[in-house]
Amino acid sequence: MSYKADIVIIGAGAVGTAIARELAKYHVHVMVVDKRDDVGGDASKSNSSIICSGADCPPNTLESELCRSSRAMIEDVVRELDIPFWKCGAIMPAVTQQQMDILPHIYDDAYANHVYDVEYLSPKQILEMEPEINPNVLGGLFIPGDAVIDPFLLVVAQAENAAANGVEFLLNAEVKQIAVDQGRVTAVETTQGTIQTQLVINAAGLFCDAIAGMVGEADDFVVKPRKGQFFILDKNTPVKTSHIIYPIPTPETRGKLLLQTVHGNMLLGPTAEDLDDKDDHSTSAEELAGVERDCKMLVPNIRVEDAITQYCGLRPNRIPAGFHIGFGKKTKGYFGISGIRSTGISTSLGIAKYVVKMLQESGIRLERNFEFQSHRKGIEKFSEASDERRAKLIEENPLYGRVICRCETVTEAEIVEAIHRPVGARTVDAVKRRVRAGTGRCQSGFCTPKVIEILARELKIPVTDVKKNLTGSNMLAGMVRRGDINA
Amino acid sequence: MRELTCDVAVIGAGPAGMAAAIAAREQGAEHVLIVERDIATGGILQQCIHPGFGLSYFNEELTGPEYADRFAARVQELGVEILFDSMVLRLSESGGLICSSPNSGMTHIKAGAVVLAMGCRERTRFNLRIPGTRPAGVYTAGSAQRLINRQNEMVGKRVVILGSGDIGMIMARRLTLEGAKVEAVVEIMSYLAGLTRNKVQCLDDFNIPLLLEHTVTRIVGERRVEGVWIAAVDEKRNPILSTEKFVACDTLLLSVGLLPENELTKAAGIKISPITNGPEVNQYMQTSSPHIFACGNVLHVNDLVDNVSVESQTAGKAAAQYAAGELSAANIIDCTAGTGVRYVCPQHIAVQSSDTSVRLYFRVRSPGGKTRIWAQRGDEVLKEKVVSRVSPGEMEHLDLNIPSTFDKSIISVQVEEVV
Amino acid sequence: MREQEIICTVCPQGCRIHIIGDETGVHTVTGNTCVRGDIYARSEFVRPVRTLTTTVYVENAAEPLLPVRTAKPVPKDKLEDCMAIIRKAVFRAPITAHQVLIANIAGTGVDLIASTERMEGGSV
Repeated sequence: MSYKADIVIIGAGAVGTAIARELAKYHVHVMVVDKRDDVGGDASKSNSSIICSGADCPPNTLESELCRSSRAMIEDVVRELDIPFWKCGAIMPAVTQQQMDILPHIYDDAYANHVYDVEYLSPKQILEMEPEINPNVLGGLFIPGDAVIDPFLLVVAQAENAAANGVEFLLNAEVKQIAVDQGRVTAVETTQGTIQTQLVINAAGLFCDAIAGMVGEADDFVVKPRKGQFFILDKNTPVKTSHIIYPIPTPETRGKLLLQTVHGNMLLGPTAEDLDDKDDHSTSAEELAGVERDCKMLVPNIRVEDAITQYCGLRPNRIPAGFHIGFGKKTKGYFGISGIRSTGISTSLGIAKYVVKMLQESGIRLERNFEFQSHRKGIEKFSEASDERRAKLIEENPLYGRVICRCETVTEAEIVEAIHRPVGARTVDAVKRRVRAGTGRCQSGFCTPKVIEILARELKIPVTDVKKNLTGSNMLAGMVRRGDINA
Repeated sequence: MRELTCDVAVIGAGPAGMAAAIAAREQGAEHVLIVERDIATGGILQQCIHPGFGLSYFNEELTGPEYADRFAARVQELGVEILFDSMVLRLSESGGLICSSPNSGMTHIKAGAVVLAMGCRERTRFNLRIPGTRPAGVYTAGSAQRLINRQNEMVGKRVVILGSGDIGMIMARRLTLEGAKVEAVVEIMSYLAGLTRNKVQCLDDFNIPLLLEHTVTRIVGERRVEGVWIAAVDEKRNPILSTEKFVACDTLLLSVGLLPENELTKAAGIKISPITNGPEVNQYMQTSSPHIFACGNVLHVNDLVDNVSVESQTAGKAAAQYAAGELSAANIIDCTAGTGVRYVCPQHIAVQSSDTSVRLYFRVRSPGGKTRIWAQRGDEVLKEKVVSRVSPGEMEHLDLNIPSTFDKSIISVQVEEVV
Repeated sequence: MREQEIICTVCPQGCRIHIIGDETGVHTVTGNTCVRGDIYARSEFVRPVRTLTTTVYVENAAEPLLPVRTAKPVPKDKLEDCMAIIRKAVFRAPITAHQVLIANIAGTGVDLIASTERMEGGSV
């Protein structure tokens, strides 16, 4: 296949989809390519799910500026995109005198970052706000602006909304080469075909150095994976917090935090392990034992034995560090984004605005599209509807009456809709991330056999072609009887 | 919302639900209604196509579907109503059920009594905290059994099975008969979790190695499972890392235990036993909410369906009596697990105006040879027996006679190996 | 002379039975604690038999597979022959419980029967 686009965005993570949606506000033909089978990238779907106010960014940096500007926009965006968001605020408790001594520095950094609502808390105040915090707490800070979000839903909602406004998504399309003629980008060659284009935006995250290298723009940096491992606890676990609980950062690490996700599960993590292998998505018993140990320093009674899953994400750790956003030095039509490490979700809205502004300032004419539809409706959740509403939903679509995932009460109607939406679900994991079928305590034991059949039916593919996520991750090895007629 | 009224509503048309519904009808409840999420009766027995069922209840050996069919025939004969393709969402505030279905929408079922018979779910790799990657090809044994025996879908070609429970061993045979290679069955304990006959007929018959005191330490594979690391464990069941070995496979099956599925029960505020993970009940299988009864694997995980049938009949009969206003019970005796016993079910006994017989089910903590089993109230031994062997994988029971004169007290069940 | 140790599966006790014999028959059986164990061990020694349970393909029912079993145990060494026939077989509903699907499967003298019934049509 061959395609044509005004702008090609490489990478459908938080940054790529935010830019796609921002560009959809203009009359410009945008294509987003990603080597994976779904949007959401790596770090964008597997992280601690926090929207930072920017209080603890390094002051006077682009990261700090973009974090703050994103925070100012996010509450409107989540309303437009109809996704869950919880401004729960964060508490940073100090349990040693040494940690107490660090608090003023954090307070001053927040102020330098123009985050003025951070307050000191007494031990009494902390324990009133969060009774499960370590009773030896000596004091702490309250960061009211920090919030939690479903990071994957943010990405998918932006992708859907961008697609509804004309952005094209080409998934399962790994970039093989970027064609350059006389110092100017002419095309992006992918495993799904070539796209003729004049402008490439590199939002490939962990792999942005490899993409930059294709046009000779990676001489001065590399990207290494920094692994973060997490636990997710059962919603029914008895000890939960209603704020983000941060440890006091050390010069080496920001440490392991606890929070309650927008879906009501406790999340514990992450680790920070510097690696070389960008495909290493394995968790380890030793590192997760460290998560348990550190989190128990903050919330001693947290029940890690109620963990229903463990996972990891790879943050793109740029060396040298720092946000680097701008046009290439050598190749015209190349725009690079690198160094978006831990605050990708928190800064993505600001990055998108910043990128578009830079494009305009470079002389690219972007004409405003006043037909842009800013609102996207989420898939209506049966589990959260009233009984009257449920009755109405089933009347309109009987599949709303059939519960497929019993742990999270997800119906067949929601799964079918997730498949047929723009940038729809093609895999078992894609269904899981969109509608949460399989994210509960049985970890998909009951619903996976059914989700496999629904995917095959709706996509009109043999069940043996249904994948968990990536190419080669087929769920089944064949048919038991009469495989010949299904082949 | 549609409204239905019945005398006894049963959640689940598996072996427990069907036995309870039959007993309720036979006790005289006129309108007995079962709510079932599947499109057929039988529950998990539909996928348990192997023999081994009914030896004690019917005195003959049946396959799962055959065992279920006998109850289904009786359910039909007695005119029990079944709502198929219907999921109970919660127990209603007024003592009934709220359920949803594609065909009939939302329904509020008002019932004089409710029997919980939702069964159980399987423990996952994360309950065991097995680290590694999260590729395709990691299945719980029961999910794989459903895929293979009902959906015609083969899960893999080279398989490692973790856990020597009966489902795991039965799946080892099933996969082998269908052309897969089972590399090993791995068991962390020093003894088999399931029945010896299953080791002989499912593993030994097909030369499948059983690795006792071993466990899976890591799962490998970015897309599909590429293999697992297996290590021996020490006496505290911690892996000995120097013994780690890589075993190539495309599938890991987990048969590492079952958990009663009590989300509805918990949401309704019914008291749950932290040991069985099921509701606490008295000898009528009555929970802390007097109009709600529980039986089968939702109450405690059973090893034999025959026991489920017996216990569920008790629940169904009592639910019908309760709905008719004929059951009043004050739980004044607590049953506790004494030395060597992990749990006792029922946890409470209601003393009646005449003598009543009560069957206490229990599990021992560790395997043993010739063992004395007894129930004790204060210093008084109420009942004792000696059995030739005990195993944590096999449910034991004691039948007690509870005289009407018993007052508030504790009965403790104990076991001691006889040397 | 041939010696064999057999774990008895008649009851959960799991006795280890020691058996000695040759082509002419069984000479000694030791280690069993009941007469059923003796019968089981002799059968295992001479020619072990197993009930085969599996599924067959049904082309016109709501579910693609029908559970089946051999009406009686068949020689263990015939299990693979039986499976080879079963893999190729296709049946049509309606099928009643215990209906004979394949008579005298693999020359064992035993019939393959349906474990349960199947109605025609419908979709899952």
